[in-house]
Amino acid sequence: MRDVAVVAYSAWNGVEHERNEVEILMPVVRDVFDKVGLTKNDIGFTCSGTSDYLAGQPFSFVSALDAVGAWPPIVESHVEMDGAWALYEAWVRLQHGDLDTALVYAVGKSTMGDLLDVLALQLDPYVLTPLWPDPVSLAALQARAYLEKTGKTEDDLAAVAESRGRRVDRASGYIASPLRRHDCPPITDGAAAVVLAVGDRARELCERPAWICGIDHRIEQHQLGARDLTRSESAKVAADKAGASGVDVAELHAPFTHQELILRDAIGLNGATINPSGGALKANPLMVAGLERIGEAASRVLDGSAAKVLGHATSGPCLQQNLVCVMESR
Amino acid sequence: MSEDVTGIVVPIHLDYTYTPGVAASRFLRHIAEGNYVGQRCPKCKKVYVPPRGSCPTCGVPTDEEVELKQTGTITAFCIVNIPFAGQAVECPYVSATIQLDGADIGFYHLIQEIPYDQIHIGMRVEAVWKPREEWGTTTESIAHFKPTDA
Ligand SMILES: [Zn+2]
Repeated sequence: MRDVAVVAYSAWNGVEHERNEVEILMPVVRDVFDKVGLTKNDIGFTCSGTSDYLAGQPFSFVSALDAVGAWPPIVESHVEMDGAWALYEAWVRLQHGDLDTALVYAVGKSTMGDLLDVLALQLDPYVLTPLWPDPVSLAALQARAYLEKTGKTEDDLAAVAESRGRRVDRASGYIASPLRRHDCPPITDGAAAVVLAVGDRARELCERPAWICGIDHRIEQHQLGARDLTRSESAKVAADKAGASGVDVAELHAPFTHQELILRDAIGLNGATINPSGGALKANPLMVAGLERIGEAASRVLDGSAAKVLGHATSGPCLQQNLVCVMESR
Repeated sequence: MSEDVTGIVVPIHLDYTYTPGVAASRFLRHIAEGNYVGQRCPKCKKVYVPPRGSCPTCGVPTDEEVELKQTGTITAFCIVNIPFAGQAVECPYVSATIQLDGADIGFYHLIQEIPYDQIHIGMRVEAVWKPREEWGTTTESIAHFKPTDA
């Protein structure tokens, strides 16, 4: 295996009414290049994670490339998934041995359409999508099952919200029982970019590369009734395969409070600082928030404040698919 | 015995609030004033119209605005004879790629005021605007293009 490291990370989150996706992404890509003194001409492979359903526009992932510039022709790929999976593809591509650098980016404008309707379309199209169940209601079913099985309470969920910087209001009504506003993620637009580099090239580009020592992703049943929603077997297997023990900092992509508890159970993060960035409860740009978890975790190695970190990304309803990326200083 | 279910109909409808972006919004506001304004790439100097805020070749922001003449050249065209759902113009009509003088990329518009069998690539054309009160933030403020008299 070739040693691959995160050498730079940049991101922007907010609610954007003026700029389009390209205009959101361009300064982020510029910033990540500036951090390591590269231009697009220095990049061997480019891989992105975006969704045409968010933009409401077919082939919006092609126009997103306007933010990078694709002439002379570049080696490029795209996943209709969170950018964390684009990072995985880039890591695999760098294993081929002929390229030494990769740009990974993700962009998503969750606020252009009705996100709850858009996300209903990721479900099974025959028996679930026709009912248009929104992701908050599905998460609430999972939360209810989790509380009943573990004996935990809504106060335990509120404690998660509080430690992620959310203003907790226990008197506020349910959005979907047992979830209140502070248990749910904000609807956020955003963009993120990561530069990966191999071996000596990584050491040239920055002082403390965040070396990827393990990366793995696993998926579970599409059909919600066919799996145990109270635990995350896929996160557990991915974490085991990626070698998740002994990390100082973990960035978990848990859009809902109970999902952070399920992930903590699955990954087993004894003593690790969890989500110092605030995580997806602070900003949850669809397609982007998972890549941001890897980037935020890597940043703790890049700035020298942690030796071993974990970035996690999730995709699909109720933690269906999970990716774990473990990084370390050397 | 019950009949097999061989298909279901699941109507899907999504609503979006479309944001053209900063560059395209500026372009559309200029159109509402009767001006065609593109943007120049600071690196390769190409002029894009309508601008999208970045040069897709260089990957850099295109901040400089360039007012363009309303004359140009047909670089490709098609005589549309086949009606389709949602068609806004009656058949037959001519859709053409027009490269405005001073621009480096073409855009689509209609060609009228000439028998269609006389239209050719390289033909010089000019914009014909709708009456002023019908101008808005849309390229439909221009009714069509017609051959220049010269
Ligand atoms: Zn250019």
